[in-house]
Amino acid sequence: MLQYLVRRLLWAAVLFLAVTVVTYVIFFIIPANPAQQAAGKAATTEKIEQVEKFLGLDQPVYVQYYRFMKRLIVDQSLGRSFATRQDVNDIIFDAAPITASLVFGGVFFWMLLAVPIGILSALRPRSLLDRASMTFVLIGISAHPVWIGLIFVYFFSFKWQITPISGYCDIVNGSTGCGGPIDWAYHMALPWATFAILFAATYVRMIRANVMETLNEDYVRTARAKGAPESQVIRSHVLRNSMLAVVTMLGMDIGLALGGAVFTETVYGLPGLGRVAIESINNFDLPITQGVVVFGTFSIIVFNLFVDLFYAWIDPRIRLA
Amino acid sequence: MALLEVRDLRTSFRTDDGVVKAVDGVDFSIEKGKTLGIVGESGCGKSVTCLTIMGLNNRRNTISSGQALFKDEDLLTMNSRRLRDVRGNDIAMIFQDPMTSLNPVHSVGRQLVEAILLHQDVTKKAGKARSLELLKAVGIPRADRRIDDYPHQFSGGMRQRVMIAMALVNDPDLLIADEPTTALDVTTQAQILALMNRLQQEFGSAIIIITHDLGVVAEVADDVVVMYAGQIVERGPVDCIFTRPHHPYAWGLLGSLPRLDTDVERLVQIPGQPPSLLNPPRGCRFHPRCPYVMEVCRTDHPALLPLSDDADHLQRCHLDEETKDREAAKLLAGTLAEAS
Repeated sequence: MLQYLVRRLLWAAVLFLAVTVVTYVIFFIIPANPAQQAAGKAATTEKIEQVEKFLGLDQPVYVQYYRFMKRLIVDQSLGRSFATRQDVNDIIFDAAPITASLVFGGVFFWMLLAVPIGILSALRPRSLLDRASMTFVLIGISAHPVWIGLIFVYFFSFKWQITPISGYCDIVNGSTGCGGPIDWAYHMALPWATFAILFAATYVRMIRANVMETLNEDYVRTARAKGAPESQVIRSHVLRNSMLAVVTMLGMDIGLALGGAVFTETVYGLPGLGRVAIESINNFDLPITQGVVVFGTFSIIVFNLFVDLFYAWIDPRIRLA
Repeated sequence: MALLEVRDLRTSFRTDDGVVKAVDGVDFSIEKGKTLGIVGESGCGKSVTCLTIMGLNNRRNTISSGQALFKDEDLLTMNSRRLRDVRGNDIAMIFQDPMTSLNPVHSVGRQLVEAILLHQDVTKKAGKARSLELLKAVGIPRADRRIDDYPHQFSGGMRQRVMIAMALVNDPDLLIADEPTTALDVTTQAQILALMNRLQQEFGSAIIIITHDLGVVAEVADDVVVMYAGQIVERGPVDCIFTRPHHPYAWGLLGSLPRLDTDVERLVQIPGQPPSLLNPPRGCRFHPRCPYVMEVCRTDHPALLPLSDDADHLQRCHLDEETKDREAAKLLAGTLAEAS
């Protein structure tokens, strides 16, 4: 187990290096001048050069990368924004809880939808429920989150005025004027729904297929031959085995979910990591972009590690391998 | 009174291509403590017969009729609650592939205890003690340590022993073993058969053993049912089938067995494939493959009839008894290979 952990952590370090290098390289391939952006449109050439020097942009890419890594490892700092000189750590720290609310709430709701629907449609294939859920799946898979978001906002917020159009409230009383768990959930309801539909669709289909496959396993027949009632057969023999693949997918989809969060946050005006990333890219604000990438990579690595350990817990064949 | 009496059992599956009559009018019975062997090629309906008795076919696409009287109760019309009480308790089943018949995510102990707790009102602890006792009885070395191991940590033979232990935890009156040794290597097969024989003495269960291996039948069975294309073609005490087989299909099966006592140039093989049960041949179902085929075989379906001098020995063939006795004698002398 320890050896497994060490190997996983080493691999995570390699992954981390690769992702940050790629972000750096992409950034410097883009034909843009961040110093110009930071200094403003009216700045003279001298002024721009001065800014360039101040930001360290006059140095070669590898020196900049070295400085970035050194700062990150020695000071645990992601640096300061090119444009506003704000501490990137603070920006990330403010935005991360919003994205986390969205992603975890979304995961919760999508599993809440997908697990029962998936199981029921597997147990009653070709029933009305199965057909209805397949329609839902098709819509979910085909529709883009931005489109779903806009449709939701139009009906729920604009026409029926059930939910707020956009904005975010902190779960603990914040400085934003609104706050607390109720305001938080009230503002997150539509983003969660949007997010959940997007993924629930894929998961309904996957869970349905897995459960149907597991139902045909010999050990399920063995359980029935033992005289186990159907509910116990499903609970004890079908579910756990069919959830193995789902857990794996969930681990892989956390990364995808963060990507999905970018769209959802944009539609609902949530000041989360997705929006921070998009703004920073528009402003050529490398430290912020890099900060989001570093944080995102780190989260994904941690989640994957967590999922792997969880997986080992539910499947003894992996635990002992 | 027979422990289990099966009368005119029929099972069909609805498929996209039409209705498949997998079992088409099967009758047999088994007495307490006896062993019945059901033999036949793959797809002849022997497994489906037993799955129907146990009510384990997929209900959505299966139509069954007939009767399976277990202690005078019809298993086919029994409500599902009562059937669950019978399954695993009065009738237990062992499956062909021990590699896939145990749940990989639960320890073997847990799976045995589950079987006990479903039918006996005992504590988990008592259940575990009973499981351990059975694991020892089926010859799992260091059973006390292995009880918490998972199926993938056992070899195929050991897993089949676990399956047998699991089938016996509730002292069933009837044990149905569906090709219990097919997936195992030859030395392990012999051990498992010996184990089943020993446990039958000990527990007094009746056994239905499904197999395509006549060697297995010769070793363990008291009575034999030979099935072909969903029907019984020959049925009787085990000695009759081996000393006086009366159906050309049984000759084919016997002739394909390697033997040590006679010199045979080549083993007999039954030419062709078993017929499609979607659309079985008219007349005798075996006629397209039968070397003795007559005109009547193509048009008239033979009935399952007793021999004139042996009421316990039934067979389904148009050939006259004299020819059959002659051919059977040739086969047993090892000369049928040349004759056909």
